[in-house]
Amino acid sequence: MTRIIAPLIGLGFAFVLVLGLFGTITTASEPATAEHEFHLKPKPVALASNGIFGKFDRQQLQRGFQVYKEVCAACHSISLVAFRDLAALGYSEAEVKAIANQWTTEQPSVNPETGEAATRKNLPSDKFPHVYPNEVAARAANNNAIPPDLSLMTKARPDGAAYVHSLLTGYQQPSAELMKEFPNFATPEGLYFNPYFPTLNLAMPQPLVSDGQVTYADGTNATVDQMAKDVTAFLVWTAEPKLEARHTAGLASVVFLIIFIALTIGAYKSVWRNVKH
Amino acid sequence: MSFPWAKQYEPKAPVMKWLDDRLPLPRLVYNAVGAGYPVPRNLNYFWNFGVLAGAALAIQIITGIVLAMHYSTDAATAFNSVEAIMRDVNAGWFLRYAHANGASMFFIVVYIHICRGLYYGSYKAPREMVWLLGVVIFLLMMATAFMGYVLPWGQMSFWGAQVITGFFSAIPLVGETIRIWLLGGYAPDAAALNRFFSLHYLLPFVIAGVIILHIWALHIPGSSNPAGVEVKGEQDTVPFHPYYTAKDGVGVGVFLLVFAIFLFFQPNLLGHPDNYIPANPLSTPAHIVPEWYFLPFYAILKSFTVDFILPAKLWGVLAMFGSILLLFFLPWLDTSPARTANHRPRYRAFLMVLLVDVLVLGYVGGAEPTKINVLIGQITTAYYFLHFLVILPIVSATERPKPVANSITEAVLKGKGGTAPAKSAIEGQPNPMPAE
Amino acid sequence: MASAENTVSPGESPRVHDDTVADPRRRDYLAIGAVAWAGVGAGVIALPLINSMNPSADVLALSTTEVDVSAIQPGQAIKASFRKQPLFVRNLTPEEINQANSVDAASLRDPQTLAERTKEGKTNWLVTLGVCTHLGCVPLGAGEGENKGPFGGYFCPCHGSAYDTAGRIRSGPAPTNLAVPDYEFSNDTTIVVG
Repeated sequence: MTRIIAPLIGLGFAFVLVLGLFGTITTASEPATAEHEFHLKPKPVALASNGIFGKFDRQQLQRGFQVYKEVCAACHSISLVAFRDLAALGYSEAEVKAIANQWTTEQPSVNPETGEAATRKNLPSDKFPHVYPNEVAARAANNNAIPPDLSLMTKARPDGAAYVHSLLTGYQQPSAELMKEFPNFATPEGLYFNPYFPTLNLAMPQPLVSDGQVTYADGTNATVDQMAKDVTAFLVWTAEPKLEARHTAGLASVVFLIIFIALTIGAYKSVWRNVKH
Repeated sequence: MSFPWAKQYEPKAPVMKWLDDRLPLPRLVYNAVGAGYPVPRNLNYFWNFGVLAGAALAIQIITGIVLAMHYSTDAATAFNSVEAIMRDVNAGWFLRYAHANGASMFFIVVYIHICRGLYYGSYKAPREMVWLLGVVIFLLMMATAFMGYVLPWGQMSFWGAQVITGFFSAIPLVGETIRIWLLGGYAPDAAALNRFFSLHYLLPFVIAGVIILHIWALHIPGSSNPAGVEVKGEQDTVPFHPYYTAKDGVGVGVFLLVFAIFLFFQPNLLGHPDNYIPANPLSTPAHIVPEWYFLPFYAILKSFTVDFILPAKLWGVLAMFGSILLLFFLPWLDTSPARTANHRPRYRAFLMVLLVDVLVLGYVGGAEPTKINVLIGQITTAYYFLHFLVILPIVSATERPKPVANSITEAVLKGKGGTAPAKSAIEGQPNPMPAE
Repeated sequence: MASAENTVSPGESPRVHDDTVADPRRRDYLAIGAVAWAGVGAGVIALPLINSMNPSADVLALSTTEVDVSAIQPGQAIKASFRKQPLFVRNLTPEEINQANSVDAASLRDPQTLAERTKEGKTNWLVTLGVCTHLGCVPLGAGEGENKGPFGGYFCPCHGSAYDTAGRIRSGPAPTNLAVPDYEFSNDTTIVVG
């Protein structure tokens, strides 16, 4: 029975697929789109945390945090990160406390007298507060676009670190080739052209506009590229704060396992030494 | 349930003797994976993958139990609880990456294990039951993996749950009712997440139970071997321990090394960036794909594009489930007297085409549905079904296999350029079943 | 083929499966080494699994609590929360202080004086965990109108342990006095616990 019915089923599926095949061949190809042809892959960005020996450059993370604080934090939260986590960037306990205390957006809280909603100063144990109380407020303040949380941004986009860096430095006018091929291409009102963004137009205006936009405490020259790189490094840290521990544990594991494999090969050979197989 | 020359368990320590007389658990282990299980002496490294699959399941269960201690099964907090594991729980990042990559490792190992079975005819009589139980394990694994992927409640989790439960809505008349029943709502939400977590915790133990049956069924005829000839005498076998425990030790070491490289250096390579975005029921990611191990099946699902008697959607779902269910009939579709593809050159050629076919299906499953990709998907899907349901029965009935060695021992010694022994490999016993 | 069946191949030991033949030490050495190495690995891997069950970083971060005591009148107490455990802060009246000091500390089950259990110059502020040292119930006596027990301090309803006005165990099954956590006055009206 199996050997009679099975070929019939197989041929049945194949027949339907052949019908589909003709359907596919006769459908018109999708028209070329500007997004498809002029979307750029992000440029690689060299960070100290790259590679299997990668470690964070703490100076750079502090600079990146400064860029985040002075530029990004106006709209974007990093709500999965706690102020206490900043100790990993090399800040002392007192500095962390001061950063939390002085953070512009306060934590939601309850008035102890009246029970009404209120806010209070941030503590080191708090997570970074959301910039907007809810999505509606975020949309209202940003031309109907929600500024995404940045905590995981470098893991939530393909090739995330390079993407963030390229996006921040990639604002430009549509290229001549683009305009030649798609003469009707226009960036809608309230959006900004950026070839590294999947749809080429995004709601975020260029955040890093000019050199010296932030003044680095360590005297590093704050070019746009430097600021973009620093904030990228910082966002790699917010997305993967345990990266260094992971690399260290990884190297130890690999060494351990290579020794283990050598031992097991030796044991295997000696167990089998008298048996042909 | 073993060969007559299998070693018998003789407890050495008095406590083991005491235990063995009352509950022969040590004897059971000894006969199952100890010196009491005679195994063909000529197994190659492809035979490591059964043990590796067991190791992968153990890793998943251990890391999973600890992760469940920290995970919050609530649509509002699930995503953040996973991130709390990654950030605040001691060694939580290690546990979570080990579990996520461990699932991929489990599938890699099981796919190689299945390919081994296909190539060397491990599904053939008298081992049909081993194969059938294996397919059951595979189905359970797929269900477990899918439900596990939903738990972090990222964008891919949510839309994966939406799409996969959508399969059931293809069933005529009752489909939508079944889908709503599966989800406990009209879209994936708290109810779905809770039941998926419950089942995700339960199914691995069901898998472990079926694995015991799988090994039990294997021990009736004993392990197959690459020579494609059954064990004929004691000289053909060696005890599982220490011979194959030593060999499996090497396999486990290499497996763990590959696992560690993914876990520590590319932990997100096999995942998808969109799953680091919290689930948003109002916005579908631009390009949704399942985990890599489901991509070939996803390609089959996508390849049916025209209504013919049945709607295209139903064809796709039927074909996708059919592509796995047909494996249940494999032992009866293949009628060739020869066991391994080594002795069946024509079948081997088709099998290699199938391997490439499935890899291409995997590519198409993950690629965007452009015209050319859809075409390739349709052709490769057709080959998949034709291979198992048409080509295999015909080739196995018509191909005349190459001559098979008389015994494992002969095959081994021939392969090594030596000559076959007259005597048993063990303690000078005469060969109990002389060839020819 | 059949003719070849009658010769013993070179290198084919007639007793392949007998582990005790031929240089056993080399084999044991490597096999034992591999197994021991695997054991070390299993042990090292077990550590993060076990350690993951310890308090996580967000739990540890909450291990400091500030309590504002300005509103507590003499004779009153408040319940605050320290590490998710109840914390009793009590403003003792002079009578209660006298009551506590009139007992010979040496005669107690857990000998301690009130002075040892409070901060110098602030002996009216009794800060203790609200966790009975018997089996962890929350004793009564901090809330308004609650049963303070026979010794006027706290009384545990679970198994009848009675504490005096210094939070010392006086009767019942509890082995020790109510625990005094590490704390300090950051100013006259604020206590920082932890």
